[in-house]
Amino acid sequence: MPTFVYMTRCDGCGYCVDICPSDIMHIDKKYRRAYNIEPSMCWECYSCVKACPHHAIDARGYADFAPLGHSVRTIRDEEAGTIAWRVTFRDGRVKNFLSPITTVPWGTGIPDFRNEPEPTEAERNSQLLSFEPKYIRMDDGDIATLKSQNLEMKEGVYY
Amino acid sequence: MGIKTIVEDNIDILVAGAGLGGTGTAYEARHWGRDKKIVIAEKANINRSGAVAQGLYAINCYMGTRWGENNPEDHVRYARIDLMGMVREDLLFDMARHVDSAVHKFEEWGLPLMRNEKTGAYQREGRWQIMIHGESYKPIVAEAATKNADKTYNRVMITHLLMDESGRNRVGGAIGFNVRTGNCHVFKSKTVVVGAGGASNIYKPRSVGEGAGRVWYAPWSSGSAYALMINAGAKMTQMENRIVLARFKDGYGPVGAYFLHLKTYTQNAYGEEYESKHFPALQKMVGKEYLDMEASHRTHRPIPTCLRNHAIIQEVAAGRGPIHMVTMHAFQDPHLEEVGWENFLGMTVGQAVLWAATDLDPKYQNPELTTSEPYVMGSHATGCGAWCSGPADVSPPEYQWGYNRMMSIEGLFGAGDAVGGTPHAFSSGSFTEGRISGKSACQYIDDGKAEGIVVSDSQIEKRKAEIFKPLETYQVGRNEIVAGTVSPSYLLPHPGLQRLQKIMDEYCGGVTVNYMTNDKLLNIGLQKLKIMEEDLEKVGAEDTHQLMRAWELKHRHRTSECVMQHTLFRKETRWPGYYYRGDAMKLDDKNWHCLTVSRRDPETGEYTLEKAPLYHLVGDMEDKALADMKKSEKKPAKKAAKAK
Ligand SMILES: Cc1cc2nc3c(=O)[nH]c(=O)nc-3n(C[C@H](O)[C@H](O)[C@H](O)COP(=O)(O)OP(=O)(O)OC[C@H]3O[C@@H](n4cnc5c(N)ncnc54)[C@H](O)[C@@H]3O)c2cc1C
Ligand code: SF4
Ligand code: SF4
Repeated sequence: MPTFVYMTRCDGCGYCVDICPSDIMHIDKKYRRAYNIEPSMCWECYSCVKACPHHAIDARGYADFAPLGHSVRTIRDEEAGTIAWRVTFRDGRVKNFLSPITTVPWGTGIPDFRNEPEPTEAERNSQLLSFEPKYIRMDDGDIATLKSQNLEMKEGVYY
Repeated sequence: MGIKTIVEDNIDILVAGAGLGGTGTAYEARHWGRDKKIVIAEKANINRSGAVAQGLYAINCYMGTRWGENNPEDHVRYARIDLMGMVREDLLFDMARHVDSAVHKFEEWGLPLMRNEKTGAYQREGRWQIMIHGESYKPIVAEAATKNADKTYNRVMITHLLMDESGRNRVGGAIGFNVRTGNCHVFKSKTVVVGAGGASNIYKPRSVGEGAGRVWYAPWSSGSAYALMINAGAKMTQMENRIVLARFKDGYGPVGAYFLHLKTYTQNAYGEEYESKHFPALQKMVGKEYLDMEASHRTHRPIPTCLRNHAIIQEVAAGRGPIHMVTMHAFQDPHLEEVGWENFLGMTVGQAVLWAATDLDPKYQNPELTTSEPYVMGSHATGCGAWCSGPADVSPPEYQWGYNRMMSIEGLFGAGDAVGGTPHAFSSGSFTEGRISGKSACQYIDDGKAEGIVVSDSQIEKRKAEIFKPLETYQVGRNEIVAGTVSPSYLLPHPGLQRLQKIMDEYCGGVTVNYMTNDKLLNIGLQKLKIMEEDLEKVGAEDTHQLMRAWELKHRHRTSECVMQHTLFRKETRWPGYYYRGDAMKLDDKNWHCLTVSRRDPETGEYTLEKAPLYHLVGDMEDKALADMKKSEKKPAKKAAKAK
């Protein structure tokens, strides 16, 4: 399903151009609206569909194996933290789905390390990554080492 | 053409490609390097770039040490048997011991992880996989990266690494261009972490024409990670180990949740179980050590992915295709039906579109499966990538020469698909590897290893001329012809890609030859790739978008060449179901129980290949069930021997 754009819905805002991982949503110079310049490099990833404020983009199954007459529409709502899908079959049957996309308001869950205390020299020289070992396990244990796991690196054939 | 050159100087850590691996680097490096200059160069838009652009419905690598579920060595054993023994166990152990902390962070950052209501633990899909609502997986990790980086350059494609000219085998940054503005971007950096992902589309895809973008791995996975490293002269490992996926036909929708959670299973066109039929002959090819039905049945030991592919390939060749996934039972349960659909909508929307288009409701009809064209990557059930140094407290001397995850070039690190010998890292493991590289890069700089790097203007000018040459080639050649895409003096990227795919398909074991190759075919293929390299000097690009395609093609070409060299070197069939060497149809542990390591000389273009030893940190005997089974097997055998 490479994407296509409905002429009457697109206002040329360029959100789709900004997001497409394949760099194939471009603005047509004459109509000043977006279109897919290279359908054979479209992954139908729906990044552009989700980003379009006017729901002007849809996907039509790849011509080499998908018959016409279906649709998969989506509304991704950042405020509500959900994504809704409507799958319409060629014969008209419809299925609806709704999933969460995040559990915290955008931009609040991630620390900026520049505001956190610096790691110690001992931590620096250890195998630990940030917030470890606390973030690996609930007890007081450390990260696994060959010794803690009773292991040894041996050359040869093992199965 | 007036090309602007934008120089970003004094960078400490440059992230070249920010998918799951690169975002992990940018995030973690800030913790260990508060005042370091961290810059991201990303080909697309970091919020939706890489293999996770559409999201994921599962995190495929999570130990669950917190809940007492698995230890790191359990995962090593699993990945090893799945890859027929060929893995870097030090790197895998290291990834596995850290991976849980990445997943716990994801949850804190807002990624919705499903919970098992009874136990309170994360909802398992399988032993290693947990289920998530991961539509926004990529935007979430991107936020962690951009918040901690000093600068993120979107739409900058890195074409080459820059090398230190002070006489050391050391990296000095990277160079590329903005695919929108056409500006040249120079990054002078003390370290570079390559996170530019795997390679799709180097083999002829099953889909044709408009559908050619419907590949399993993202079409924008252009093998850049490999080409950047190979061209710089970094050592590579296991590049022969391409992967073939058994997936839903045409849409290539993932099957993990179907097999593991929905408990669907496969059968041939006549409703028969077919796998076990093919296993006795297959066991003769690979040995009982790798395919032991009894052991797999009684213990957690998986049947290697490639061997299951082999059964599908054989069954179809025998005229009993197509293979079906039996979904009709599972889908009667409304909850499982929902999981089945959301699984696609969350990571491969195209499969849902295809079922809608063909009126296929898996509740009433069992969908077809197929085996895909091969892919080159290093984080799924395969381990192509760079030969990297392991962690000081785990790795034996042969695997340890510098900082953790540093390549054979100083200051050059990698993550995810870029790192070789570490299959089954998946999204979480790639992010973890990125974190490890981020910390290592900081240590490398703090230890004074990056002093005195020299990157001359002439090096930059030389690369710049190379980068923009396709635009010039096109402009000059264009006037020779009336119109159209056919010119005697240039090759456009798209037909170029088709040539590459045809060579790889026919000579290096693609779908049209049923994954078969041999030494003769490979030698012809290498010659064809050599000639193609000459033609790639004449690749033409009409605009900056095509310039990106031109460089993607060059990167895919270099990756392919390395894959072919490796495939020729390993004279055995190690992974039946991924590919076959017709001139050496057996697995040969006597000669090939080793890793393969290559280096391409950047001056001459010659490859040197060598074998590297395999170190194991754990035997099967640590798997209790398996050990018990083997013990009970051994006893009668011993008695019989004594009786003689
Ligand atoms: C269909 C599908 C299903 C999957 N399912 C799962 C799953 O259920 N669970 C799971 O854990 N994993 C899953 N994976 C695997 C997971 O996505 C990968 O393992 C992971 O994304 C690899 O990370 P990476 O950083 O190596 O590559 P990527 O995430 O692909 O990142 C590579 C980045 O580099 C950029 N780049 C490429 N070339 C250049 C260049 N020249 N210059 C600058 N930037 C560049 C790209 O734009 C991209 O941002 C799935 C993958 C696919 C395709
Ligand atoms: S995002 Fe929508 S409205 Fe904006 S240019 Fe793209 S298609 Fe048009
Ligand atoms: S579906 Fe994805 S690849 Fe296709 S045009 Fe939209 S963003 Fe680009």
